[in-house]
This record gives sequence, C-alpha cells and structure tokens, in this order.
Amino acid sequence: MVDRDTPVTDDELHAYVDGELPADRGTAVEAWLATHPDDAARVVSWSAQAELIRVRYGGVARTAIPPHLDLDRLARNERKWTWLTGAAVIAAFLAGGATGWFGHGVLAGAPAVVAPTVAAEALDAHKLYVAEVRHPIEVPAEASHLVPWLSRRVGSALRAPDLASFGLKLMGGRLLPGQSGKPAAMFMYESASGERYTLYCERSSAPETALHYNVAGPVAAVYWGDGEVGFAVSGPADRERLIKIAQSAYEQLDRRTTRSNS
Amino acid sequence: MGGFRQDVEAAIPALRRYARALTRDGDVADDLVQDTLVRALRSEHLFHGGDIRSWLYTILTNLNRNRLRSLSRRPALMPMDDNDAADAAGPEAGGRDIERALATLVEDQRVALLLVVLEGLSYREVAEVQAVPIGTVMSRLARARAQVKAFLDGERPPLRRVK
Repeated sequence: MVDRDTPVTDDELHAYVDGELPADRGTAVEAWLATHPDDAARVVSWSAQAELIRVRYGGVARTAIPPHLDLDRLARNERKWTWLTGAAVIAAFLAGGATGWFGHGVLAGAPAVVAPTVAAEALDAHKLYVAEVRHPIEVPAEASHLVPWLSRRVGSALRAPDLASFGLKLMGGRLLPGQSGKPAAMFMYESASGERYTLYCERSSAPETALHYNVAGPVAAVYWGDGEVGFAVSGPADRERLIKIAQSAYEQLDRRTTRSNS
Repeated sequence: MGGFRQDVEAAIPALRRYARALTRDGDVADDLVQDTLVRALRSEHLFHGGDIRSWLYTILTNLNRNRLRSLSRRPALMPMDDNDAADAAGPEAGGRDIERALATLVEDQRVALLLVVLEGLSYREVAEVQAVPIGTVMSRLARARAQVKAFLDGERPPLRRVK
C-alpha cells in the first residue's frame, strides 16, 4: 500500500529510475506508479531517454583508442616538458648563436613558467588547424581588421611577422580558446609547397624566457615569452629551419625594438 | 606509481564516451580527453587517493566548460550542418534525435544527465564532480529530463538552418 503520509516525490521517481532509491521506498514508489499513470509515463520516458543515450554513445568506449591518447606517449612528452623547463634547454640553442635574444639579457636558467602550457596549446592548435582543408583560418590575411581584431581580443598589440624570406606567406588568422579559456591568436603561414607554420600568441604575465624548442612527433614548436605575451612558432619538425623562422619572428615581435621604453 | 597510471589508462574509454556525448564531436572530444590526461599526469602528485574516475570526470568537465566559455565569446566558425560527414557512425534517426535533444540542454544539466545515465555515477559522485549539493544535481537532472522529453515529444525549439 502507498503510505499516504509520505507521498512519492519527483526526486524519488528519478532515484527509482537511477537505482538510487533507498530499499525501503521501492514498494511505495511502485505502488504509486501503478495508480498514477502520468508519473508512470514520465518514468518510462526517462528510462527510454537513458537507453537512447547509451545506444548512441556507448559504442565510443569500445572503439580503438587513437595513438595521440596513448598514455605512455603523453607521459613521455610530459617528462620532456619538465626537462625542457630546466636550465639545460638553453644548450639546445647554442647552435643558434649568441646573437639576438641572448643579447637582450634573457639568460639561461630563467624560469620558463609560460613555456610548457603555451607551447602545448600552440602545438594542439597547430596540429588541429594545419590539417584543415576548408577552414584553416578564420579571417584571411587580406582583411585589414585581422591584426587589430586579434590584438584587441588577446589584449596586446600583436603583429604578424613577415616571413617571406623563408618562402612563407601569411594566410590569415583565427581566435582560439587558450589556457583557461583566455583568448589566444594564431597566425598561419604557408609555403608554395603547402608547408604550414603557425604563430600562436597568448597573453601571459609570466617572466621573459629564452626561446625553447620542443618536438612532438612530426611537428615542433619554438616558444618564448616577453613578459606580456607568450609566443610559439610551430611547424614541421625541421629543427634548424624552425629555429631560424622563430628567431626572425622573435626579432620582429620584440617590443624593445619597436617601442621607446627599452 | 604504476597503480595511478593504470587507473587513468583504464578510464580512457569511458572518458572518450563521456566527452563524445558532451561535445557531440569526435575530434573535439578526443582533444578534450587528451587535455584531461595531460593535466592528470601533470597533477599526479596532487592526487591523494579517492576515486580517480570521478577526478578525471571533474577535470574533463571543467576543461569543457572553459572551452564553451571561450566559444561563446568568439564568432561562430561554421554554420550548423545537419549532414556532418565526419560522423562515420551513421547514426539512425533515434541517435540523431537524442543528440539534438542533448544539444538543447544547458551545459550543467547535460553534465548531470550524462554522468548519471551514461557513466553510471551516483548522485553523490556527480555532486562532487560539479561541486554542488546533491539537491542541485537532482534539480539539474529533473530539468534535463523534462527538456529532453519535451524535445523528443516534438516541442522542438526552432533550429537555425542555413540552406
């Protein structure tokens, strides 16, 4: 019999469907449903919804896990990130010569707080969008509002460096969700042979860093921070070429050479 | 330790399923899972026991919320396309309908419904993932179910169609 003193609540009906009903209320709810067809219909519809959802998505858990979700691989990359943030990384740049950034007093061993996250976000965005055939960019390079718009959204005066000396032509750019949802900008460049490079920019108050190189499979990124924005140049993992391109971008983006506040 | 890594690994299929239902886009979903795994590995030292699965669902849910927040502030990239060629699964009409129904839900309600129905979490676990009292989970669940029912019953909000 239904206990008239404690009518069945909606919460209990949900709990009944979800197997969360305390054992001592089971009979009361079933008796209630037998005499309340509207509630019984609702309960049936909720179970049917649940079944539709499970049928629609259940199979995803049984499909092969793609390689980029391989935990060992991700862990290996993580170790690489950790190592890269250490002072040792600068050794990788000695080949680049003591010109440019070293001259600005950005020293080996400076904490690279900005680096791993910006680089990781940049590489993710790079991998996602360079593969795009139809919509690699959001706003084409010809649009005069491209740079002002991205600067405004990112919150810092940005520029799209001229990489023509590397045979790279600016295609355009797009706005992206960066770290913790902060707006980030991406400029994409393409060579005559279809090679694509991206420059990723995200506001970051982390201290200045030197350039760091990180390789993630077939692509790599060189990243740095200037105290206001974190940058990353990503492209095919040809170390020498990528470093040269990043160095050129770095020099063109260096605020000290474009502003008077040295 | 081995235990941590193994537990995270064992959760990947379920995380992919949850992310897929949450985003309704296979690529976005796997990116979200990857991001979740990276953050989990990075925070291994912060994890002091407890249910790893719930913890992973929490990370993924928060990352997706961040993603949506950014999306809402940026111009729409692509028109709504009913014939999503990327969806190789070729779902039957019922699958399409439930997918559209889920799309009409407020994110917090969708999370509550999917964690309970698809992932089999208890109300208490969902409350922990969403960092709200159980009563709030219950009302989100109730609203989600009412909305999905209304949608499936034909009270469909007008879809913006670009033709």
